[in-house]
Amino acid sequence: MHVVLDNLPAFLRATRVTAQLTVISFLLAMLIGTLVAGFRVSPVLPLRWLGTVYVELVRNTPLLVLISLFVFGFTKIGIRYSYYASAIIVLSTYTGTFVAETVRAGINTVAPGQAEAARSLGLTFSQLLFAVVLPQAFRSVVAPLGSVFIALIKNSALASTIAVMDLSFLGTQLTNSTGRPVAVFMGSAFFYLLLALPSGWAIGWFERRVAVKR
Amino acid sequence: MTAPFIAESLGPRGKRRVAVVSAVAGAAIAALVVVAFLRLLHKGQFSDRLVAPLRLWAVQRFVLLGLLETVKAAIVAMALAMALGTLLALGRLSRNVLTRWLAGIYVDLFRAMPLILLILFCSLGLPKLGIHLQPFGGVVLALTAYNGAVLGEIFRAGILSLERGQSEAASALGFSYWQSMRLVIVPQAARRMIPAIVSQLVTLLKDTSLGSVIGFDELLRRAENTGTYYGNSLQVLTEAAVIYIVINFTLSRLARRLEVRQRRRYKAGPIVVPGGGMDLAVMGAQGTASAI
Amino acid sequence: MGRARWIGASLVAVALTAGACGSSDDSGTVKGGGQTATTTAPSFAAGSTMATLQAKGKITVGVKFDQPGFGQRNPTTNDIEGFDVEMAKLIGAAIFGGKAADVGSKVSFVESVSANREPYLQNGTVDMVIATYTINDTRKQIVDFAGPYFIAHQDIMVKASDTTIKSVTDLNGKKVCSVTGSTSATNVKAKAPQVDLTLFDTYSKCAEALGDGRVVAVTTDAPILGGLVSTSNGAYKLVKAPFTDEPYGIGVKKGDTAFRTFVNDTLEKAYANGDWASAFARTLGKIGLDTPTPPPVDRYTTTPTTAAATTTTTK
Repeated sequence: MHVVLDNLPAFLRATRVTAQLTVISFLLAMLIGTLVAGFRVSPVLPLRWLGTVYVELVRNTPLLVLISLFVFGFTKIGIRYSYYASAIIVLSTYTGTFVAETVRAGINTVAPGQAEAARSLGLTFSQLLFAVVLPQAFRSVVAPLGSVFIALIKNSALASTIAVMDLSFLGTQLTNSTGRPVAVFMGSAFFYLLLALPSGWAIGWFERRVAVKR
Repeated sequence: MTAPFIAESLGPRGKRRVAVVSAVAGAAIAALVVVAFLRLLHKGQFSDRLVAPLRLWAVQRFVLLGLLETVKAAIVAMALAMALGTLLALGRLSRNVLTRWLAGIYVDLFRAMPLILLILFCSLGLPKLGIHLQPFGGVVLALTAYNGAVLGEIFRAGILSLERGQSEAASALGFSYWQSMRLVIVPQAARRMIPAIVSQLVTLLKDTSLGSVIGFDELLRRAENTGTYYGNSLQVLTEAAVIYIVINFTLSRLARRLEVRQRRRYKAGPIVVPGGGMDLAVMGAQGTASAI
Repeated sequence: MGRARWIGASLVAVALTAGACGSSDDSGTVKGGGQTATTTAPSFAAGSTMATLQAKGKITVGVKFDQPGFGQRNPTTNDIEGFDVEMAKLIGAAIFGGKAADVGSKVSFVESVSANREPYLQNGTVDMVIATYTINDTRKQIVDFAGPYFIAHQDIMVKASDTTIKSVTDLNGKKVCSVTGSTSATNVKAKAPQVDLTLFDTYSKCAEALGDGRVVAVTTDAPILGGLVSTSNGAYKLVKAPFTDEPYGIGVKKGDTAFRTFVNDTLEKAYANGDWASAFARTLGKIGLDTPTPPPVDRYTTTPTTAAATTTTTK
């Protein structure tokens, strides 16, 4: 039966929710991750600690635990956002750790001479970081950052556990109302691929354009 | 950890500035911690009614038995996923076009799937196709199908990371394709891949928590049940998080140690060698090799 | 990464979707209907579900794990406690012999959340579902129901301080929590079309949402809400404006008439000998409900299995 075609508008709406969650969370994660990577290579000891603690704590906790903790635990101390906003906050906080580690690895690929040269020109640490090191670092980690993005598309599915009506939520709901799990899941899977595969191509294209060739 | 290279060798003025910034940042962080603590205290989150249940041995036992399920599922799924990954990697490196394509399509499809969708499918969809699984079986199957694809890619990249010379030398010695794979390529590649495999294990262990959505009776589910019963979700979920962190942190550290040792042994790696680029082990250990 | 292979993967995905849409193996028909035993009741004819379960020495029941009063897991004992659990034990005792209190080891419980009750029954993960499961026609097309063993009425739970919500129509335009795949969600939408629904997989999460103010009301059946009210330390209250009748049934596999009849017989026996009432008093009675008169069981004749319910989108 044409469960998927009959519910095409619902699938398209849900796909848009998933895409929105992913893109907004990724942009925030890039901000957080870059900042934290900067912390972790900075000469300021407390910031290095902060960066390390954040990365190790958040990265080693299952995303679903973070979501439950944020939504059902943190409200007890008055930290409370809408479920959609909560999903974005948790997804970007979690993904931020992976961005941070990737960017840090990228920073490490920048030749030490670059930093030394910048220093001898009298640049401060933040000038050195933002003007010299990061631009080069990003170019060498386009592919890994792309992997992080694609992982985020998949991870965004966990938002369905906190009442965000994304593709996974729709899948469960339609399974329930139609009793046709196989077709419904194939449909959801198809729309996830529709997001993931073009992202993969775009990342590949972008990488070929900007990647540092060594 | 000592100061990273880009922050080394500061002049006197730089040192002064770093000292000031350190003091300010340190004070800000300390203030934040104090505020968080006071907030918890003010909201009564340290009260006996909420914390005492966690000290009961019966409750601890309840939660730890959930951890046991988590670990069991992780071990079984990891073993199966490694077997599947090996098949997929060999399939993708096969000289038969069809095999290569089939393995490739499997890997691409399953790596692009959200795991939760696979888990829900195993629980709600497979029965329609006549396959009936208990929650444990469903979770293990979904984890295997997904991680098999991820590990397959890791294995393939590991094999490809060997210099061509290795397989050329093997064939010069008269080894067949399978002989050279078995005796020369795989043993060397396997050693290089260990860090990436360990870090994938961390990912897999975290992902077992998704089983809670289909009623798999693991750590998170039991923590949630406890939280509902005593109304102390914050406390009990924090406890669960700490358990996950301790296990995964230990495993991550292990992965990093192996990686460092390896880099020293093979003198190959991205950090100092120009032209090294990002190698797989590093990406794996940092969890960015396609699987988070 | 060959682009060709990516395209290949997409093509496969398309093919799979198309295949799944068009294939008939996914229709709502239920397998196993042909094996239905024609014998009725307690002699346990060979091949009947009762005989099979008896031989296996174990019956698996889907119950709630987080619903005070009906099925809630106690972390200190790992026991599931509640009225639904007591019903399961009564039926267990009728199959294995002995008293309901003693069959504990032979009755095993699996957590059943609203969204997976039908699939678990269909796929044999559980032998029956006793999980605040409302009998209705849509569900009857996929599973069969023994009972009802209890009639509930859907009501509304709000914060104790709330005075604005007095009836279901007051929910229009308000944020209200209910559970995915439940009749409660459908009912409230019918009575208050402008309601803004938040859907979770369990009611305990709804209670949390009410507690932190992300929703202003939770709606489902009064006894479920009563359980949540009783564990809230006075934070929540029941509006007491019931607006539906919800007959709770015991879900069994579609077409297994012999087993359904057996369960109905067992229920009637429990009504007659007081087991039902004492189970009620021990569980729901504890959270302040008066023991009602048990509802008559409905021994409906099975409608022929149709090709599943009409497609609906979000309810």
